[in-house]
Amino acid sequence: MLRRHAKIIRLIETVGEVSGRKKLQKMVYIAKHLDMDFDERFEFHMYGPYSEELTLRVDELCNMGLLDEQVETKGAIHMYRYTLNDTGRDFLRFHEVDFGLGEQAIRRMNEENSRFLELVSTILYFNHLPYEEMKAKIFTFKSKQRYTEEEIQKGLAFIEELRELTKAGHTPLI
Amino acid sequence: MKQPQLLDEEKVFKDPVHSYVHVRDKLIWDLINSAEFQRLRRIRQLGTSFFTFHGGEHSRFNHSLGVYEIMRRILETFEGRIHLSYEEKLLCLCAALLHDVGHGPFSHSFEKVFRYHHEDWTRAILQGDTQINRILKRMGEDFPKRVAEVIAKTYDNKLIVSLISSQIDADRMDYLLRDAYYTGVNYGNFEIERILRVMRPGEDGIVFKYSGMHAVEDYIMSRYQMYWQVYFHPVTRSAEVVLRKIFQRAKELFLQGFPFRQEPTLLLPFLNEQVELADYLSLDESVILFYMQLWRNENDAVLKDLCARFLDRNLFKYVEYNPRDFRLLADLKELFQSADIDPAYYLEVDTTSDLPYDFYRAGEDEERIPIMLVMPSGELTELSEKSEIVQAISGKRRFDYKLYFPMDKVMALPEELSGKIRDRLGVMEDA
Repeated sequence: MLRRHAKIIRLIETVGEVSGRKKLQKMVYIAKHLDMDFDERFEFHMYGPYSEELTLRVDELCNMGLLDEQVETKGAIHMYRYTLNDTGRDFLRFHEVDFGLGEQAIRRMNEENSRFLELVSTILYFNHLPYEEMKAKIFTFKSKQRYTEEEIQKGLAFIEELRELTKAGHTPLI
Repeated sequence: MKQPQLLDEEKVFKDPVHSYVHVRDKLIWDLINSAEFQRLRRIRQLGTSFFTFHGGEHSRFNHSLGVYEIMRRILETFEGRIHLSYEEKLLCLCAALLHDVGHGPFSHSFEKVFRYHHEDWTRAILQGDTQINRILKRMGEDFPKRVAEVIAKTYDNKLIVSLISSQIDADRMDYLLRDAYYTGVNYGNFEIERILRVMRPGEDGIVFKYSGMHAVEDYIMSRYQMYWQVYFHPVTRSAEVVLRKIFQRAKELFLQGFPFRQEPTLLLPFLNEQVELADYLSLDESVILFYMQLWRNENDAVLKDLCARFLDRNLFKYVEYNPRDFRLLADLKELFQSADIDPAYYLEVDTTSDLPYDFYRAGEDEERIPIMLVMPSGELTELSEKSEIVQAISGKRRFDYKLYFPMDKVMALPEELSGKIRDRLGVMEDA
């Protein structure tokens, strides 16, 4: 009951703040690929995998007063920042969510910017394709982002790093 | 280039929404006759809405033919305005016809419990060992993959993708008109003829002539009304809750090693989480209803009760729920437990995000391409900048939280306990 909501809140609590709607979308998508138990359905959109369900759920959490959403406007660009408030923390007391080792991967993802996470999630979306085909898809759909092959390699290495972090037996670096 | 393979004469299906569905291509005719497409006759388009609107029994087969017909008419409108090869036109028609072929029985609830996405099955049906795959391959080895890419929105021609998936596309136009027709409500109606007449091919997708703005406004309003009046109807949501609980209970019992009186053979792959394409295709709503009939006589009190509720339409009642009242839920869980009513199966909060509301947004988070109008000057303008009606409803969130519970079970409890629960729920009499 409201577990799907609790997972999103817990993710935000884990990192303290998520800057950007796109970033939050990509973090949840990547987390799903790391076998973290998120339920939201994703489809391919303009900026890669995108979940309408997640957008609605975050809106709902703000409406419920569990998340704070701050909007910063720089020219035509709006940046949304999400943080947990006291009511949200209270809510979590009634809904236990444990990502286990996934928490480290969530923190690591939050260190990266949304442009890079967009690339990583797009790589994962086309992961079933042979490398050359996957690369071609990224260059076609992400032409405006001008990703380089070097960045794709960095994205693949990042995915491996996250997988390592979520493997049992990994010792967290403190 | 592949030559058109046409039928000797055009075939038509009588259709209550579009009057007729016209088929001229042999390939389309063969796809319709494939086993995987015929299976869609046994899957309702609106899931459990028939409990609320008894006319809403139409199938995904009806809808898929309707989307195909709208696509066929869009392509007619585009004749002379943009060049599409025969192969590209067929790609559009196949994607329209097959876009829902991966749907399973009561897919909204079933997918949630058994954790899969029908989109993955659509891809598997198009590209796996199926009749549909063999028919599509007649257009070329990679044709099934290209159709799958159009449906998954990963095809590189944005215009073609937008015809089947955008904020005003063949899929949405058909389901709004069809669902309105079969449920008997008036809200979903809009003038599709006018919309098709003012639709134009654009660089990044379809656009609409400014002169047709009012027809597009009407479509947006229909969508808004249908969501709140039909798709979000609280009784339909109650049936979905009961259905979800049935699947959840069956799964739980299976994991506990419960000895079912008759092994649920066709569901075992799902319970074991090892589903092959053939297993998936053998499932439809008649199979699910058959197991419910068996389970209503099972030895498990929860499973038999939930199945009887669904089959006899003895659904859960609901009250409005304040999502900030965490204490209420915790208290009710305790009270239900003390009454020996398992809250995991008999108490559920249902929220609007459990059924995504497909409202029109002007693309504020830049993920959805907005509806664009072509002004007389040739300039493109986003719809809500010109339409006050659309501006009034676009991007406006409405939220709705309901708490579902079995009123009859609560009423059957000893007066003191029943009174306490009803007091917390805020219902003092059987609603």
